[in-house]
Amino acid sequence: MLKVLALFHCVLLSVMLHAQDIDLLTKAKEESAKEDSSKTELVAATFKSTRLINGHSVETIKEGLLDFRISHRFGFVNQGLYDLFGLDNATERMGLDYGITNRLMVGIGRSTFQKQMDGFIKYRLMQQSTGKKAMPLSVTLLASAIVKTIKETDPTIKRTTSDKTSFAYQVLIARKFNEKTSLQIMPTLVHYNLVPLTGDPNDLFSMGIGGRQKISKRVSINAEYYWQFNKFDGYHNSFAIGVDIETGGHVFQLHFANSTGMTETTFIHETVGDWGKGDIHFGFNISRVFKIKKKKNIN
Amino acid sequence: MKKTLLILLLAVMCTTSQAQKIFQTKSGKVKFFSSAPLENIEAVNNQVDSKLATNGQLVFMLGIKGFRFENATMQEHFNENYMESTKYPKAVFGGTITNLAAINFDKDGTYNTSVTGELEIHGVKKKVSIDGTIEIKSGKVSVKSKFNIKLSDYNIKGSLIGEKIAKEVEVTVDCKYD
Repeated sequence: MLKVLALFHCVLLSVMLHAQDIDLLTKAKEESAKEDSSKTELVAATFKSTRLINGHSVETIKEGLLDFRISHRFGFVNQGLYDLFGLDNATERMGLDYGITNRLMVGIGRSTFQKQMDGFIKYRLMQQSTGKKAMPLSVTLLASAIVKTIKETDPTIKRTTSDKTSFAYQVLIARKFNEKTSLQIMPTLVHYNLVPLTGDPNDLFSMGIGGRQKISKRVSINAEYYWQFNKFDGYHNSFAIGVDIETGGHVFQLHFANSTGMTETTFIHETVGDWGKGDIHFGFNISRVFKIKKKKNIN
Repeated sequence: MKKTLLILLLAVMCTTSQAQKIFQTKSGKVKFFSSAPLENIEAVNNQVDSKLATNGQLVFMLGIKGFRFENATMQEHFNENYMESTKYPKAVFGGTITNLAAINFDKDGTYNTSVTGELEIHGVKKKVSIDGTIEIKSGKVSVKSKFNIKLSDYNIKGSLIGEKIAKEVEVTVDCKYD
């Protein structure tokens, strides 16, 4: 009896010691799994850039970063060899975006198209998250103003700056479904202070839909389409498709689009190009991010 | 007789559980530094979960997304492109102190030590042996270490490695236990 008990004792002891050997790591893992379930984690990088193609994505630039953007749209590819498939002509927008906080950014830009000056303010209202307080969607608000400073062809017509101004308001709603796929919808209201014809509406509504599909860690395919609920006569819906290529601090976006303008008002409601007729621009956006404000000591 | 044995058994259990004291922290610090011709990259994680038992067991666990960079874009690329931190959210080390006999947890002092165990980063587990120091000061324990990690060992890939990012990064561990 004593022997049996002693043996039992030994076995138990060795089991206990053995249990202690693996205990710490398993314990730490269990604890951390428990903690993780009570944490909320934000979903980052729904898109690579603050722009899908022409329009904005839900992404904002982070605090203290300055994004210098150059956007180019060549001429229509159906111009043929004479214009080297549009490459002889180009419209361009130069812009500077700045992140005031991680959620709030502002930007200004100048386009050669209609000699536009534009400015916008963008605020990240909600960010998709997982964990305890899971949020299925990201929501970002955008307001932009555009002034067309190009001279009237008829010098007798006098237009005030207000006449030449239009505004765009967007609610950008996106979801990153997985590491590769993100989709976004963009209900949009555009207000023109002055419209082409007397009967034209001053407020135009549209719905945008866009998305990205990553094909590698640094390359994704993006597409963007805007459906106009009401529109000016003779204009088409904007559609663009392209690739994003990320290299360190740069993002290159190469794409095909039927829109010439690169500001919300113009690419949504003033697109003259028709995909069916080959009125397609080849274009690119280059984004270079600079660090302006040093973060507080990371330590 | 049985009773005596049972008491003895309990006594043994008590002593064994007492013998193993566990020090822990949830605010340990792990820093990494990559020095390359074009750019120095530095990031800090100060939410490191670590446990140290007087029987020689040592565990470190940290969330990859907990690394803070000076440059937010860099931080995003680190998580998205290099560490794939949604897929591999944690780095884990579990090991044992090899020279446990040389360390007296009840006596103040700084002890050089070496741990061997398994380091898991980016989903890759590797047997490692790392040198460091254990400092004991009025009952408080802290662990410090500095070692290099070869990125290719952990299948961390990227076109900028070897150019803007060094092939090896220096990791500094600094944990003060409660």
